[in-house]
Amino acid sequence: MTTPAIAANRLRKSYGDKAVLDGVDLTVAEGTVFSLLGPNGAGKTTTVKILSTLISPGPDSGEIRVAGHDLATDPQAVRAAIGVTGQFSAVDGLITGEENMLLMADLHHLPRREGRRVAADLLERFDLVAAAKKPASTYSGGMKRRLDIAMTLVGDPRIIFLDEPTTGLDPRSRHNMWQIIRGLVADGVTVFLTTQYLEEADQLADRIAVLNDGGIAAEGTAEELKRLIPGGHVRLRFTDPAAYRGAAAALGAAVRDEEALALNVPSDGGQRDLHSILDRLHAASVEADELTVHTPDLDDVFFALTGGGVPQQPQQSEQPTEAVR
Amino acid sequence: MNTLSLAARDSATMLRRNLLHARRYPSLTLNLLFTPIMLLLLFVFIFGDTMSAGIGGGDRSAYIAYIVPGLLLMTIGSTVVGTSVSVANDMAEGIIARFRTMAIHRGSVIVGHVVGSVVQSVASVVLVGAVAVAIGFRATDATLLEWFAAFGLLVLFATALTWIAVGLGLISPNAEAASNNAMPLILMPLLSSAFVPVEAMPGWIQPIAQYQPFTPAIETLRGLLLGSEIGDNGWLAVAWCVGLAVAGYIWSTARFNRDPR
Ligand SMILES: Nc1ncnc2c1ncn2[C@@H]1O[C@H](COP(=O)(O)OP(=O)(O)OP(=O)(O)O)[C@@H](O)[C@H]1O
Ligand SMILES: [Mg+2]
Repeated sequence: MTTPAIAANRLRKSYGDKAVLDGVDLTVAEGTVFSLLGPNGAGKTTTVKILSTLISPGPDSGEIRVAGHDLATDPQAVRAAIGVTGQFSAVDGLITGEENMLLMADLHHLPRREGRRVAADLLERFDLVAAAKKPASTYSGGMKRRLDIAMTLVGDPRIIFLDEPTTGLDPRSRHNMWQIIRGLVADGVTVFLTTQYLEEADQLADRIAVLNDGGIAAEGTAEELKRLIPGGHVRLRFTDPAAYRGAAAALGAAVRDEEALALNVPSDGGQRDLHSILDRLHAASVEADELTVHTPDLDDVFFALTGGGVPQQPQQSEQPTEAVR
Repeated sequence: MNTLSLAARDSATMLRRNLLHARRYPSLTLNLLFTPIMLLLLFVFIFGDTMSAGIGGGDRSAYIAYIVPGLLLMTIGSTVVGTSVSVANDMAEGIIARFRTMAIHRGSVIVGHVVGSVVQSVASVVLVGAVAVAIGFRATDATLLEWFAAFGLLVLFATALTWIAVGLGLISPNAEAASNNAMPLILMPLLSSAFVPVEAMPGWIQPIAQYQPFTPAIETLRGLLLGSEIGDNGWLAVAWCVGLAVAGYIWSTARFNRDPR
């Protein structure tokens, strides 16, 4: 096996007597996307800041290597290999977007002409050409975010840290960003990603870790994490209260939602399961007005792992994997 | 590339960035010029006749000659207050965090501010000097060598005050705090020999006024431009400048290398 892009042992960090990270172990293989999830204040940003050399780890941490270099003894070599887009905008608001890009090119010691080319390319890729000559402080939140990430890519970093890269982006920009991240990974770049959008982790990440209470609550692929918790069900909705009661009697194990006239039947979402539900409805001569299949998604995993439990009512806005009317 | 040329290159990049800021937003620099020019006009045209009595008679032009060296150094003091403010502002900018995670020369961010500030100080001194000449200041007796020495002293003094100002900017959480913290750099010349001779002050303040950094520098500049007695002041001025610059350098770099808030 090659050396991992990131290998952190017993990562610790306290502020005052509050331990934010209390012995976190992380390993990220080269060329993969690793996503760190966790509730607000879990320490995601703190982790990114430590791994990207912005702040020092707690004194009782174990060895931390990024790009094969020891964070403690050779931070400059680590910096040469990484690119960082923090949670909070890291652009120079007083100068234009283009000047920000050229500043990065200069700091990466690119020859003038190449610097201009790289800057122009990235401005184009991030849809910032029209705004390139305006001061960055006049950009909208989403534009700043895109400029921020474009600046990170100037030096062709091999490892990229993205702390909530798509927070505040509109759906198109978000999908655009996902495409760009996939493109980076295709080129062999390692991506360390934190996000509040669990779908984003599901879409992009090879491995996901859930940070909670100073430690890793669970780690694995999206599939592995989903298997950790129950939560799959078929939801049946009725408009006729009589039909609802009939179905409820026929399907004993269902969770009832009287107000919405809906039933949640635990299910793995497989064909056999669906068949038996439909058969029983048929036998009772009731017809559901709407049927949706919910497989457990990362939201369920997230709620289960980070305390508070799964909310009682799965919301309509959750993405059904399949819908039959 | 070796470390030194890397340091020079990154510092030059940072300097360009700071000069770009100064050019885009010149109001801060211009505001800071306002104070010394106002004081110059005020002391010459309003208090001039009274004050000139304090330096042992003489007419208005004698008093102009007396206060211009002090005002030139005060100009530096007020320019570097701007440096404290812009350093504090800059540290609050997210881009500093980005710089810290890049493989650039660590000190370049600060060196960029220092060089930019010294350039601004010199430009301000030239401007205030031009106003002084316009209202009648003359230093025709100074030799070329003395002019060079005077210029060197101004640059050295600006460098020393700038390093202190950068440190003050780094410990300030915001622009207001920075301008408060750096206020002594504008007020100190008032307790020096800039406007009245130290001997004309109350006895208890004299030792402070005599040996604080501004007085030896002012007396040295006077001597170089106008031919008055320099005495120990030359060495004292150089010692103060070197001492302040080194202390400010050590303080600022240590402060910058700490984990950001
Ligand atoms: N400089 C600091 N001083 C004191 N406490 C801090 C500091 N930085 C972070 N913390 C604390 O550390 C904890 C973790 O913060 P962190 O920013 O890493 O959380 P996060 O997981 O990124 O949260 P979010 O999802 O809101 O971005 C929080 O409780 C925060 O209050
Ligand atoms: Mg965060």
